[in-house]
Amino acid sequence: MTPAAVAIGMLQVVVLVAVAPVLAGVMRTIRSRLEGRQGPSPLQPWRDLRKLLRKERLITQQASWVFVLAPLVLVASTLTVAAVIPTVATTTLLGDAVDLIGVVYLLLTGTVVLALAGLDTGTAFGGMGSSRAMTIAALAEPAALLAIFAVSLRAGSSSLAAIAETTLSDPVGLASPETLLAFGAVAVVTLAESGRLPIDNPSTHLELTMIHEAMILEYAGPDLGLVEFAAQLRLTLFLTLICTLFIPWGMATTATAAAVGIGVAAWLVKVLLLGAAVAILEVGLAKVRLFRVPELLAAAFILSFLAVVVSFFLQ
Amino acid sequence: MSDGTLFRLLELAVGLSLVCGFVALWRRGLVSIIRALAVQGAAVASVALLLGIHEGQVQALVAAVLLLVLKAIVIPRVLIGVVGRTVEYREIEPLINIPTLLLAGAVTTAIAYLAGRHLTALAPGPVTQAVPIGMAVMLLGFLLLVFRRKAVTQVVGFLMLENGVALVAFLTTAGLPLVIELGAALDLLLVVLVLQVLAGRMVRQFGATDLNQLMELRD
Repeated sequence: MTPAAVAIGMLQVVVLVAVAPVLAGVMRTIRSRLEGRQGPSPLQPWRDLRKLLRKERLITQQASWVFVLAPLVLVASTLTVAAVIPTVATTTLLGDAVDLIGVVYLLLTGTVVLALAGLDTGTAFGGMGSSRAMTIAALAEPAALLAIFAVSLRAGSSSLAAIAETTLSDPVGLASPETLLAFGAVAVVTLAESGRLPIDNPSTHLELTMIHEAMILEYAGPDLGLVEFAAQLRLTLFLTLICTLFIPWGMATTATAAAVGIGVAAWLVKVLLLGAAVAILEVGLAKVRLFRVPELLAAAFILSFLAVVVSFFLQ
Repeated sequence: MSDGTLFRLLELAVGLSLVCGFVALWRRGLVSIIRALAVQGAAVASVALLLGIHEGQVQALVAAVLLLVLKAIVIPRVLIGVVGRTVEYREIEPLINIPTLLLAGAVTTAIAYLAGRHLTALAPGPVTQAVPIGMAVMLLGFLLLVFRRKAVTQVVGFLMLENGVALVAFLTTAGLPLVIELGAALDLLLVVLVLQVLAGRMVRQFGATDLNQLMELRD
C-alpha cells in the first residue's frame, strides 16, 4: 500500500468521524424547521458529546464486564467499518481485507453487543429493548444479505470498491430493475438498522415505543457519549453505503489531491442530501406498530429476493 | 430511440409490473391495492407501446394507448368508485398473514422462473427472456384471487391475472391483432361494471362484500 493510499484512508476515517454528529444535527434541524420549531444548532450533537465525555464515569452495581466493554466494542466495530467502506476514494485502509458481507456482520456485531449490554443490568426496559432490537435485526439480516447478493452479481464481486468502480464505468447498469429493487431493500434495511422512523423513533423516551433508547437507558456520562456517537456514526455509514453502492459519482479513483478534494465534497453533498431525505420522510411518517414491523421487513426481503430473481430472469 | 435503451425501458416496465403484483399482496388498504393495479396496467400498456415502437407498427401503438386509458385510468376509477360506495376501505385480514403471503409470492415467482425458462429457450432474445416475469405476474394475480376475501380484491386479482396473460402475449408474439386485444380489454371493463352493480346489491343485502357470507343458503 502506498503512503498516498494510507493518507487517503486516514483522511476518510477522520472525515467520517467529524461529520457523523453534524449529520445527526442537520437532520434534527431539518425536522425541527419542518415541524415549525427553531431547533438546536447542527453542531449541538458535538457539544453534547463533549459534555458527556467530560462527566464522571458511573456504572450500576449490577453491571458485569459485558456492560463495561460494550460501548468500546461498539465504537471499535463501527470505526472498523468506517475504514472499510469506500467514501471519498475507491481505495480504503482495510477495503481489501473486508468485503460487503464483512461490513454487514461488523455492523451486526455492534447491534448484538448493545443488546447484550441491555440485558446485562437486568432491568425491564433493557431486556425489552434488546428483545425488540434482536427481532428487527434477525428480520433485516436476510433482506440485507440478499440485496448484497443482487448488487454483487452485477459487479461480479462482493468487494465494495469493485462494485463502485463497475457503477462508475457503466452508469447505465444502474437503471436495471435489479439495482432499483436492491436499492429499495437497502433503504428499508437502513431505516430499520439505524433506528429511524417508521421502525424506531430516535427522539422518544416513551417506554412502549423505544427500542434503541431502551437498551442504552442505563448508560451515563462518557459511556453514553460513546454509544450515542456510535449510533450517529452508524447512520452515517449506512447512508455512505447507499452512496457507494448506488450513487458513487465524484469518488476519487486516482490519488491526486484535486480528485480527493472533489471526492470529499461530493460525498458531503450526497450524504447530506440523503440525510435530508430521511429527515423529510420522518416528518411525514408515523411509527409502525411493532407487530407490523415484520410485514415491512418481509417486504424488504421480497424486494431483495426479486432483485436476485430478476437478475437471473434478465441475464 | 436505440434498441439498447428500448430494451432497458422494457425491462424496467416488466419489472415494475412484477413489483406491483407484490405491492397488491402486501398492502391492506383497498385503495392502495387498486392503485397498484393502475400502475401495473400502465406498465403493461407501456410494454405494448415499446414493442410497437420496436416493430414500427402504427396499429400496435393505437392499441397500446387505448390499453393505457382503459387499464390505468378507467378500470381503477370504477373500482375506486365501488370501494367508496361500499364504505369498506380495509381488507380486515387476508386468509393467511402478510409475511407468509409474501413468501408464497416469492415461491410462486421462483416456480414461474423454472417453468418459463423452457419457453424462453425456444427463442432466446432480449424480449422473450422477460416471459417468466409475465408468468409470475399471472400467478401472483391468482394468489391474490385465492387468498383475499373481498369482492373488490378478488376482481383486482382477476385483473392482475389478465395483465400477466397480456404481458406474456405481448412478449411471445410480435403483437396481437388490434381487434383481439381490444375485445379482451372491453370484456374486462364489462366484468368490472358487473362487479359494480353486484357489489352494490351485496352491500344492501349483507352490509359487506365478504364473500364468505355467500357460502351458506338463506331463506
